[in-house]
Amino acid sequence: MSALLEVEDLAVRYPVPRGIVGAVARRPTQTVHAVDGVSFSLAPGEMVALVGESGCGKTSTAQAVMRLVDADEGAIKFEGRDLTRLGVRALRPLRRRIQMVYQDPYESLDPRLRVRQAVEEPLAIHGLGSRSERVERVRQALERVELTPPDLYLERYPHELSGGQRQRVAIAAALVLEPSLLVADEPVSMLDVSVRAGVLSLLDSLKRSGLAILMITHDLSTAARFADRIAVMYLGRIVEEGPASQVVRSPQHPYTRALLSVVPRRDPRERHTGQVLRGETPDAVRIPSGCRFHPRCPLAFDRCSLEEPVLHATAAGHPAACHLV
Amino acid sequence: MSALLEVENLHVWFDLPDGRELHAVQGVGFALDRGERLGLVGESGCGKTTTALAVLGLLPPSASAGGRVLLDGEDMLAGGEATIRPHRWTDVAIVFQGAMNALNPVKSVGAQIVEALELHDVERGAAARRRTGELLESVGIPAARASRFPHELSGGMRQRAAIAMALSCAPKVLIADEPTTALDVMVQAQILELLDALSRELGLALVLVTHDLPVVAQLCDRCVVMYAGRVVEEGPVEALYHDPQHPYTRLLFAATPDLDDLDGPVVSIPGAPPRLDRPLEGCPFRQRCDRAFEKCVVEPPLVSVGDGRVAACHLVTIPREGSVR
Repeated sequence: MSALLEVEDLAVRYPVPRGIVGAVARRPTQTVHAVDGVSFSLAPGEMVALVGESGCGKTSTAQAVMRLVDADEGAIKFEGRDLTRLGVRALRPLRRRIQMVYQDPYESLDPRLRVRQAVEEPLAIHGLGSRSERVERVRQALERVELTPPDLYLERYPHELSGGQRQRVAIAAALVLEPSLLVADEPVSMLDVSVRAGVLSLLDSLKRSGLAILMITHDLSTAARFADRIAVMYLGRIVEEGPASQVVRSPQHPYTRALLSVVPRRDPRERHTGQVLRGETPDAVRIPSGCRFHPRCPLAFDRCSLEEPVLHATAAGHPAACHLV
Repeated sequence: MSALLEVENLHVWFDLPDGRELHAVQGVGFALDRGERLGLVGESGCGKTTTALAVLGLLPPSASAGGRVLLDGEDMLAGGEATIRPHRWTDVAIVFQGAMNALNPVKSVGAQIVEALELHDVERGAAARRRTGELLESVGIPAARASRFPHELSGGMRQRAAIAMALSCAPKVLIADEPTTALDVMVQAQILELLDALSRELGLALVLVTHDLPVVAQLCDRCVVMYAGRVVEEGPVEALYHDPQHPYTRLLFAATPDLDDLDGPVVSIPGAPPRLDRPLEGCPFRQRCDRAFEKCVVEPPLVSVGDGRVAACHLVTIPREGSVR
């Protein structure tokens, strides 16, 4: 299966504002290394989850794919063309093919627009179709997100919809342009538990119909259940990557193991403290030497602070970046 | 021995701008023993946070409350602010979601705790500063960081500081409203570990208000499940998970993804909770229930189902089994 999206050695950096005092004192400009050499690929009909804690670079990676931030290094090949090298004009037709769904459907939908207007807006912006064709495509998009019959929803405002319905409208507005790649940034974390599974099942069925989905999430249970592959990120790097069930059932990297061990289980008999790591993700301005994870790693030894491990094949069959595996 | 905290037939009404009323809490009751950990769970809008605020007399002016909140047998709600004030923070304290909002942004965390200690006549001057250092150490913050401002601390550290402040008057009950919701999974594990240790070491009773069932399953002894402003089931957490009596409890657990159950069915609960600004008829869950039958047009009473458990569902109603509360 050939890849729809290939990200190669992606790096995204942000300068840290020095402030007036810093500028006058000529302090050196500091840099946040948000994404630092990330590679992965995504095929049509596949869902890949980028998981990790805040500050691990998962959202910056998604934003670089969307060209919402510029990549400082590396390539983002979409349908064979490197997005990082395309100008605004050349990018425009490709943008239709990559759409995004945001975390908060209470903020991503304009409260003054009816469902019909919100879903039609992307078509109008891209100047697609006649009036009647657009209305037809809006109806089809609403049917695809299971807001049926569409007539029941077309004239409603966001405040008349539940959280789950709003997120479905946001997904419909992304689908109306018939993208081949959907980037979903924490698509269910603002929704009530009772409706999360419905929205995730919808994404799952869209995936089965051929859509490629890049999901950004901090929720390992969700990633494990719905994604085909999981890439675990830590401080701007992928530390482990593989088929979702394999990563969850036989995690190789100590960070992945620790993360999985502290996810609360719903069965009270499965009560255990897990491997609770001390401290929080260090900031991406001062990246530790050697393995980035070594200051928090329960298994670190002398080599870890000196030499950075690269992603390599492990006994479990999927790659991880750790000297011990 | 009577319970430490008893909530009896609690009602809360909010005045709506158009003159109508929203009946947010409709006859809620539960009891909490010394050192016990109780979960209060349900979807957004079920009344769990409103219940917590009513217990502490912290409802906004647009709300009115009825019922009794007994602390060691004494009704805190009987005389309004005059009877609650002596107990708020000194006997019952609360920690909110997103500690940034609970902390004063222009005062150091140490100064805020000193202020709380002096305001409640716990300690003064140098003794208050010493006690502040001890409180911070007890939640895992080095005493030297007392001079830090809230924005200089990470999300997890702020939540720890808010917990330290809530503990300043050595309360018997700590109510934690979504204490880990905005936090990363590893920081969430750290905070849960802290709450667990505090409740064991200080004999602190905990009320954990959350939509996150696995967090309750990991930390709590018993759990109250709320729906549409009422208690629909209550019991030990193990019994609730392994033998739920109310269909809502069963579906809520089933809708929660779990790392130990990657191949089970994905469940979502159709529809949304009923609006509470109009009278409800019958069981409030019947429109979404997969087991609804003719009898559900009559609201089921909350009845004992044995082993200290109660549920409000016609499926469990056994004739002659006495109604509770």
